[in-house]
Amino acid sequence: MDAILFLIFAVIAVVCGINVVVQSHPISSAISLIGVMGSLAVLYLLLGAEFLAAAQVIVYAGAIMVLFVFVIMLLNAGGETGRGRSFLAQLLGAPVLIAFLGLMAFFVQRLFPGTEMVQFGAFHGGTAQAVGRALFTQFLLPFEVISVLILIAVLGAIVLARKEFDR
Amino acid sequence: MTGVPISWYLILSAVLFSLGVAGFLFRRNIITVFMCIELMLNGVNLSFITFSYHLKHVNGQIYSFFVMVVAAAEAAVGLAIILTVYKSRGTLNIDDVSSMKN
Repeated sequence: MDAILFLIFAVIAVVCGINVVVQSHPISSAISLIGVMGSLAVLYLLLGAEFLAAAQVIVYAGAIMVLFVFVIMLLNAGGETGRGRSFLAQLLGAPVLIAFLGLMAFFVQRLFPGTEMVQFGAFHGGTAQAVGRALFTQFLLPFEVISVLILIAVLGAIVLARKEFDR
Repeated sequence: MTGVPISWYLILSAVLFSLGVAGFLFRRNIITVFMCIELMLNGVNLSFITFSYHLKHVNGQIYSFFVMVVAAAEAAVGLAIILTVYKSRGTLNIDDVSSMKN
């Protein structure tokens, strides 16, 4: 059952990921990216990270992608026209990518030679309780620092987006 | 009841990251390039959570949480920059936005 679920959602993630890269219209890429994020949320659940699966759906698929779709609609972005790639890049791009992936898969297989299996329910450390406890004790300082980062990002976004109206 | 080898998750994460890199290098639309960065971040997050499972420790999930926060901040600022660039130049093609190159 775990293997079936993993295979289904891994295939969905990879197909949607390829779709993000090859679609010419940004809105199709955005919809495919939502597919990637949704299937990754299921994989997080299989790995026992319940809180992050929920955060993935709420923050990534909910907030960030809505922002993306909003900006695409606002700017009325059309599809890409001229590719403008050099011949060498078109020729070498896919083989280099596949060679890199093959090398990566080889090393990962060497590092983890298939002895440890991922089973749903074998690890309970990802509940909201466990994550919250770690976040507010061991990682309290990084948590506060990153909240300042969010504040700065909000201020920066307001300043950047306001400039166009003042002109 | 058999599970899945842990290396499969890591390979899936590598695949997603490489797809993000390929899109980042090959696409010309600035919004699509930005979405490919999000794809790379998602691949890295999957890797973090897989190692969290492997080590049976919650720290990897905390790092992944921080990556999500940074991605949200980055999306807010980046999309504001894209909006400003479009208003001032009227294009979304990154080949046309190259005034810092010369």
